[in-house]
Amino acid sequence: MLVFVIRRTLQSVVVLFVMSLLVFAGVYAVGNPIDILISPQADQIDRERAIAALGLDKPLWAQYLSFLDGVAHGDLGRSFVHSTSAIGLILERMPATIELAASAMLIAIALGIPLGLWAGLKPNGVAGRTIMAGSILGFSLPTFWVGLMLIMVFSVMLGWLPSNGRGETTLLFGIPVSFTTVDGLKHLAMPATNLALFNLALLIRLTRAGAHEALLQDYVKFARAKGLTNARVIGVHVLRNILIPIVTVIGLQFGSLIGFAIVTESVFAWPGMGKLLIDSIGVLDRPVIVAYLLVIVTVFIVINLIVDVLYSALDPRVRLTETHG
Amino acid sequence: MSAPGEARVESPLRRIAADFLANPVAVFGLTLLAVIVFLALFAPLISPQNPYDLAQLDVMDSRLPPGAQSPTGGTYWLGTDDQGRDMLSAIFYGLRISLAVGIAATVLALLIGLAMGLTAAYVGGRVEALIMRIVDIQLSFPAILIALILIAVLGQGTGKVIAALVTVQWAYYARTVRSAALVEKRKEYMEAARCVALPPSRIVFRHLLPNCMPPMIVVATVQVAAAIALEATLSFLGLGLPITEPSLGLLIANGYQYLLSGKYWISFFPGIALLCTIVSINLVADQLRDVLNPRLQR
Repeated sequence: MLVFVIRRTLQSVVVLFVMSLLVFAGVYAVGNPIDILISPQADQIDRERAIAALGLDKPLWAQYLSFLDGVAHGDLGRSFVHSTSAIGLILERMPATIELAASAMLIAIALGIPLGLWAGLKPNGVAGRTIMAGSILGFSLPTFWVGLMLIMVFSVMLGWLPSNGRGETTLLFGIPVSFTTVDGLKHLAMPATNLALFNLALLIRLTRAGAHEALLQDYVKFARAKGLTNARVIGVHVLRNILIPIVTVIGLQFGSLIGFAIVTESVFAWPGMGKLLIDSIGVLDRPVIVAYLLVIVTVFIVINLIVDVLYSALDPRVRLTETHG
Repeated sequence: MSAPGEARVESPLRRIAADFLANPVAVFGLTLLAVIVFLALFAPLISPQNPYDLAQLDVMDSRLPPGAQSPTGGTYWLGTDDQGRDMLSAIFYGLRISLAVGIAATVLALLIGLAMGLTAAYVGGRVEALIMRIVDIQLSFPAILIALILIAVLGQGTGKVIAALVTVQWAYYARTVRSAALVEKRKEYMEAARCVALPPSRIVFRHLLPNCMPPMIVVATVQVAAAIALEATLSFLGLGLPITEPSLGLLIANGYQYLLSGKYWISFFPGIALLCTIVSINLVADQLRDVLNPRLQR
């Protein structure tokens, strides 16, 4: 296990390195680096001084090395707009995004797996068919529009929930969270539901397909023949076997939730890093864009690693130490 | 044409059509899609007004609710937006733009993906490893993220939105066509083609490609819907199409600011149009997947 984790970490460093090369090529070479790194408000003398200071007169490989040097020191440049460290800005907004994504995932798991099991066990019932039809809708509904409609119904027409912002936060282990207060929960409810929809549909379909298949297997027949209760057959035998793809997807989708949170955060003015990214793109605050990208790649790599480790814990057939990379 | 290559008495195309029409839900999807494509194609002819001809707009008519009468005697069935534009007409024109961008991006991505995937499968070795590595890395990131980053780097505009959509989507085609081609490559007809020393270009385009098409058609259908949704999302975020080409996403974004004052129709109806488009395409794709898959004959 330890060998596996170490090897994967080394691989991850390589991927991160390649990504840094791509980001560099994308932002520093494709775009005009002077426009990217120097505030458009600067006058001619400032511009020239900045060009020299940033080393933009040097050849490209030298620029990349100094960029890497900055990355290694945790320095991804300063935001033009906020004039603070770009990476600091991102990290400051990160808890809000993680909280939103985690809440959405919880909603999707808590509803998706039971509904999917239900549809899988009774595929021809009215409930099963309704659940499946609903999941197609969940795939097709554009996230941002559903967000608007939620605001329309629950904020404008019913007046139950606030339409934007994060609400009251309290510190939990030094991190501001909003699920501990009633006001925070009220603010969290709509964005989290909105973000959960796609994954809810995905989990329903995945669980249903798995349950449908597992029920026909010999081990389920054997378990029933042994006289085990229905609850035990489904809760232990079926669920444990279909959990492997589900855990993989949950893990991988958590990353995409953080990506799609960009849209939800914009609709509900949720102060997370996705909203920061959109605002930064709007005002061409490129150091923040670069910092966001490197942070998100790191997050993805960590998530993939966790998924692989969990995978082996759930399925003894997967022996991590014996994988060939 | 592109049917699974089995000897059958009836023509494969007719069998596929019959199988497709056997499912009422799929027929509903196809009909809805046909109506939407018709509306988009003939928008200038059937719209009550030209929503982008400023001479036809009257600010006095702005933000009227659905069903309101216009001073000239017409009815705004779906209300008007903040500039007095008939929402129904704006939606017809918006459909046109959304569909055009979605289809253009899909066709381009399909061509690039096909070329890369076939190259990977046919050449193999290092080329294959490199192409598939890129595909894997790209597919491990959410589409919206890649599109946003590209827009951030490239800047905005219709061409750049299409470029971003293509960059996001080619990987799906490359992966699909490669796996299909790897299966086909081992079949006897491919061996026969090589034995009679056909030139590689003929083997790839006349023998390999047509047999890889069924899964590609399904993926392409799904991806048209995905491209339309992604473009709408980008436009909603203000990073998509320019204001001169108002797609459905832009119309929805336009109504966002009026939503809180209860003027729901400016965002609501374009969203319904977008939803109908995506649902109808997905229903058609779902059924295509079943009828084009020879292993799923139930």
